[in-house]
Amino acid sequence: MASLKDMRNRISSVKATQKITKAMQMVAAAKLRRAQDAAESARPYAQRMAAVIANLAAGVSGDGAPKLLAGTGSNKRHLVIVAAADRGLAGGFTSSIVRFAREKIGALLAEGKDVRIICVGKKSRDQLRRQYGDRVIESYDLSANRVLNLGVAQPIADQILAEFEAGRADVVTLVYSRFRSVVQQIPTAKQLIPAVVDADAPAPDLQGAAYDYEPGEEEILDTLLPRNITVQVLAALLENMAGFYASQMSAMDNATRNAGDMIAALNLQYNRQRQARITTELIEIISAAAAL
Amino acid sequence: MAGKLHFSLVAPERQLFSAEVDQVDAPGVEGDFGVLAGHAPFMTALKAGPVTVFDGSARRTFTIEGGFADVTPAGLTILAEQATEVGA
Repeated sequence: MASLKDMRNRISSVKATQKITKAMQMVAAAKLRRAQDAAESARPYAQRMAAVIANLAAGVSGDGAPKLLAGTGSNKRHLVIVAAADRGLAGGFTSSIVRFAREKIGALLAEGKDVRIICVGKKSRDQLRRQYGDRVIESYDLSANRVLNLGVAQPIADQILAEFEAGRADVVTLVYSRFRSVVQQIPTAKQLIPAVVDADAPAPDLQGAAYDYEPGEEEILDTLLPRNITVQVLAALLENMAGFYASQMSAMDNATRNAGDMIAALNLQYNRQRQARITTELIEIISAAAAL
Repeated sequence: MAGKLHFSLVAPERQLFSAEVDQVDAPGVEGDFGVLAGHAPFMTALKAGPVTVFDGSARRTFTIEGGFADVTPAGLTILAEQATEVGA
């Protein structure tokens, strides 16, 4: 049985752990608020962009459509971008994204597709490397970036486009975690190439007038579509960021509560043991006195 | 002047401006242009330059780093790659 001193040490170490998890929870909560704001303020841009593309796509169809929109006509080679966290201690955040990605990749492989992977975030790379190490063509570590902006998303988008243009990918899918609420983040797969046109997007009512394009419809699409990929990547990263902090906050909240329970249990045990020792000492004194 | 124009200026990080205004001047790749309410539907790429918003006697200027302008009967939307407000 542990001595009283051992127990005291144990209790103080659990208390120290609790302080750390509590601090991490508060930091995550503060960062969550900022990340959530960032994710939400990035939405209008992405939405507008989607609306504009939907609008343009309706006009350009058939053979003349850019490949980014229409695809290469094949869907043999898949490129999957798995975006997760750079850091751990966030409960099942990365695991749930990776599990989702694995299912997706597994399904594609079962269909005989050729799958390659780009990992964004150290943790997704660590988890995917074991199973699909030879398929991971690149991984990005974003932990050095304090803020996420277009500059961060750009290299990733550039590589996606380069892979696509080199003919090494027909379909590009982005896997990330959609931030629904603080307690709900949903691993989501979003197809980047060919661009998915939201058929539900309401076509603007032009009141009979025809759209005028400057320079031309196709030139605009040609610049807009690559742009859109960067924006989508950024939006996914921002959603991920918010989800990460939300997940970390609840994980740390749990950890703090568990530490609290543990301290209570240890304290109870400690007090019992101390009481038992005092009782034993008393009995010894009394029986010694009685023997005199 | 026929009514007001709904103008929103959106950058990837956030929405910088969204309100009813009188006129917006923007730098199109094929020349600067001004948009008033009731402009014909029109879309153009933008080059780097100033976007000026006129509302009554008030005037605000933003600097953008390229992007797109989309004019629909619902209003003007500028998707800027980067935008900052000049002065205050």
